Amino acid sequence: MLKKITVTVNGTQHVLEVEPRLLLVHMIRELLNLTGTHIGCDTTSCGACTILLDGKSVKSCTILAVQANGKSITTIEGLAPEGGPFTPLQEGFKENHGLHCGFCTPGMILRATELLAHNNNPTEEEIRWGISGNLCRCTGYNNIVKAILYAGAKMRGEALPSTEPEFV
Amino acid sequence: MIQCKTSKEVGGMGHSLKRKEDARFLQGKGHYVDDIKLPGMLYMDIVRSPYAYAKIKNINTEEAMKVPGVVAIITGKDLEKYNLHWMPTLMSDTQMVLPTDTVMYQAQEVCAVIATSKYAARDGREAVKVDYEPMKPVMDPFKSTDPSSPVLRTDKPGKKDNHIWHWQAGDKEKTENVFKNADIVVKQQMHIPRIHVVSIETCGCVADYDKVNHHLTMYMTTQAPHAIRTVIALVAGHVGLSEERIRVVSPDIGGGFGGKVPVYPGYVIAIAVSFLVGKPVKWIEDRSENLQADSFARDYHITAEMAGTKDGKIQATRFKVLADHGYTDAAANPSKFPAGMFSIATGSYDYATAFVEADAVYTNKPPGGVAYRCSFRVTEAVQAIERMTDLFAKKVGKDPADIRMQNFIKKEDFPWKSPTGWTYDSGNYQAGLQKAMDVVGYAALRKEQAEKRAKGELMGIGISTFTEIVGAGPSKDFDILGIKMFDSAEIRVHPTGKAIARFGTKSQGQGHETTYAQIIAEELGIPAENIQVEEGDTDTAPYGLGTYASRSTPTAGAAAAIASRKLRDKARKIAAYLLEVSEDDLEWETGKFFVKGAPEKSKTIQEIVFAAYTNHPQGMEAGFEATHYYDPPNLTFPSGAYICVVDVDKETGGIHVRRFVAIDDCGNIINPMVVQGQVHGGLTQAIAPAMYEEMIYDDEGNILNGSLMDYLVPTAVESPKWETGHIVTPSPHHPIGAKGVGESPTVGGPPAIANAIIDALSPFGITHIDIPITPFKVWKALKEHGAYDK
Ligand code: FES
Ligand code: FES
Repeated sequence: MLKKITVTVNGTQHVLEVEPRLLLVHMIRELLNLTGTHIGCDTTSCGACTILLDGKSVKSCTILAVQANGKSITTIEGLAPEGGPFTPLQEGFKENHGLHCGFCTPGMILRATELLAHNNNPTEEEIRWGISGNLCRCTGYNNIVKAILYAGAKMRGEALPSTEPEFV
Repeated sequence: MIQCKTSKEVGGMGHSLKRKEDARFLQGKGHYVDDIKLPGMLYMDIVRSPYAYAKIKNINTEEAMKVPGVVAIITGKDLEKYNLHWMPTLMSDTQMVLPTDTVMYQAQEVCAVIATSKYAARDGREAVKVDYEPMKPVMDPFKSTDPSSPVLRTDKPGKKDNHIWHWQAGDKEKTENVFKNADIVVKQQMHIPRIHVVSIETCGCVADYDKVNHHLTMYMTTQAPHAIRTVIALVAGHVGLSEERIRVVSPDIGGGFGGKVPVYPGYVIAIAVSFLVGKPVKWIEDRSENLQADSFARDYHITAEMAGTKDGKIQATRFKVLADHGYTDAAANPSKFPAGMFSIATGSYDYATAFVEADAVYTNKPPGGVAYRCSFRVTEAVQAIERMTDLFAKKVGKDPADIRMQNFIKKEDFPWKSPTGWTYDSGNYQAGLQKAMDVVGYAALRKEQAEKRAKGELMGIGISTFTEIVGAGPSKDFDILGIKMFDSAEIRVHPTGKAIARFGTKSQGQGHETTYAQIIAEELGIPAENIQVEEGDTDTAPYGLGTYASRSTPTAGAAAAIASRKLRDKARKIAAYLLEVSEDDLEWETGKFFVKGAPEKSKTIQEIVFAAYTNHPQGMEAGFEATHYYDPPNLTFPSGAYICVVDVDKETGGIHVRRFVAIDDCGNIINPMVVQGQVHGGLTQAIAPAMYEEMIYDDEGNILNGSLMDYLVPTAVESPKWETGHIVTPSPHHPIGAKGVGESPTVGGPPAIANAIIDALSPFGITHIDIPITPFKVWKALKEHGAYDK
């Protein structure tokens, strides 16, 4: 039995008929073809599927599409217009080499988007705990932390930290 | 600071150029295999065995076939009709695609359900009923070759035990003699545990067979698309899939680390199904399936010994390995090296005698032995040599830094012939360790440690000074399934002076689209920004063996430089023609040829390329393209000096990594930002096995931590702030003097951490704990050594 839901995704309203058991991440990827939201696990551990649901970062693999009924979703595709300009976080990740394979990146950026929305001047410690629900196997996290610090500075309108690698 | 020959605008070697590939990843426009959707595509899910060793009595698919959307269920018996139920491994062993009668490890593929949607395929999977007759599995590799253990590979005619191969290197007798007469001998049994790559993207494919044109397009998560195409042709040639009718496409890959080198049964089943039904078939495994069934890494049991003089000179080492390969040897080593480069186990030290041997056995564990971010078993070798060096130092009574300085191969002794037959190209180990000690403040830390110890606090300092062996490899010794391990580059420069370059390798996050462009920019002066790099499509890229074992820069990177030089030779001819001088009168300066003594008379590379299409000398071939297949004359030997500082909580066993300084020497550096990024990532993949990760099985063959709930991948909280640096000792034989770096930190990192923790515990007489060194193991060792006795 299909259920009718209305969701706003990246500013566009969609009316969809979905199975009640359909995971939100599959709705996003399979029905709306927004493949920037990734799947990296089956136990809510990796955060590759993180999106914003009414502004809150959530793991879309652990929410049913029907639970998003009437809500507003932002995925990586909706953060900035295609081709830019980038958000401070997208820019921070690029300038600080905060990504290698890119698979964790959309989830990381959406998680960090909420983090900075609450506190645009976090400490390194707060950032590390703040993204601890998102796994990255490539970067070792140092440059992700740097990217988020950079984005914070940019949002505060302060001088941007150096993006040169500290490679003595 | 790294010196650059080119301007920032050209962006040649040494510039920390921001990555060209980032834009698409940052906007959600990466193109990974699960993003592929083709018209009429079917979805595949796999029924897996709950038992480690069992007879299959019956597979009942009746209910499953009734599930709406299920279109087919494929068993081993179905594949048997086409002789597709077995496949070769990359080590020339054999592996079931689907079983016809027996399952050999938990999570083994039993049958495949094909349906019109992902959800229907999963419903079908749940409805398949399999009747098993469980048998007692062989789980302990040490007991595997006991006469009492059942022979597992009954498919191999005449096989009488579970032994796979024996391999050795070095001089046994000479080594025995040195050991007999040595002042000091240290010996340690150690296990380098079974771990998993856990790339955040799992494995998967879309197999698309076109029945009309008899053509297969295989989109798949592979680090070696060309080799895979050849393997498919070899395995399925008999059903009409010949190599010109196969196109393998490796799209964006979400991390590989060696786990995407092998051929997994899922790929082959997807091809078989697509071939039979003529529709595209998508298979994407779950994380738990990926963890439980895909290739593991390591799992070496090592008996290590080191002999030396009482004043600290190392004289010999002897390593004996028992390798647990699980159900089949599905490693991905070069053919002649069943234990990979394990014989590099003499490390960075100058001594003449060593003997290493390994025996591999079958057990009822998943198959594999992949080189996880590791050039074929060098990680295991480095763990052994660096731990033993510390044990030796302790026994001699010298500081581990002093012992290393005393025993290093000296920089003037390169090229250096190792006792197990390798020729190290270059190195400067003293300088590397000195720099690491200066950066970390070694003397002050030792002083602090002494003060802490006096107060009963546990602080440790650990060193690892490792030598890597990468860039496989010279064709006289290196092949996989007979295919020589060269690699390739093809450069086409368009009339307006912009280029496309294609390679036989395949980036999985390493940044090839940027770094290869920088090599060409360096050689030709065309801005890196104007060079588009492509990999992964066998229809367009030149043949190559792919990306693993830190081989991309040593092989394909070299090919890029040499192909560029071929183009520069042509450019010189065209410039001479345009400037009406002889070729000898011309001099090259990045991006242009000018007349000696008259620098105002010059032609830029862009002008020259344009002329190659519009005004080339009569008799010369038009166009501006070159290809090179690079067969390296030797391997490259990157090295590093890592120092780790830990604080251990005596009461809880909790370990805090306070500092970690990594000084790497990967020869000339293409992009410092990318090199540093590789080191960061590799170090987090070093702390992982050193402190957190291990795949654990019970006696019945059940994996106890087969999901990311239980298998501890470090987060940003566990991962320390890495301090990185470099020295540069160019490779003398590589065209741009580079050596490769991707795996150095994973290889060299774990023993630095282990040595630091053991150093912290040494006041209690603790000399060794197997990795992963967890708080529980620390607490237990402290307890056993009387730390809590009043
Ligand atoms: S896919 Fe891993 S947490 Fe959602
Ligand atoms: S960049 Fe590959 S997982 Fe984070």
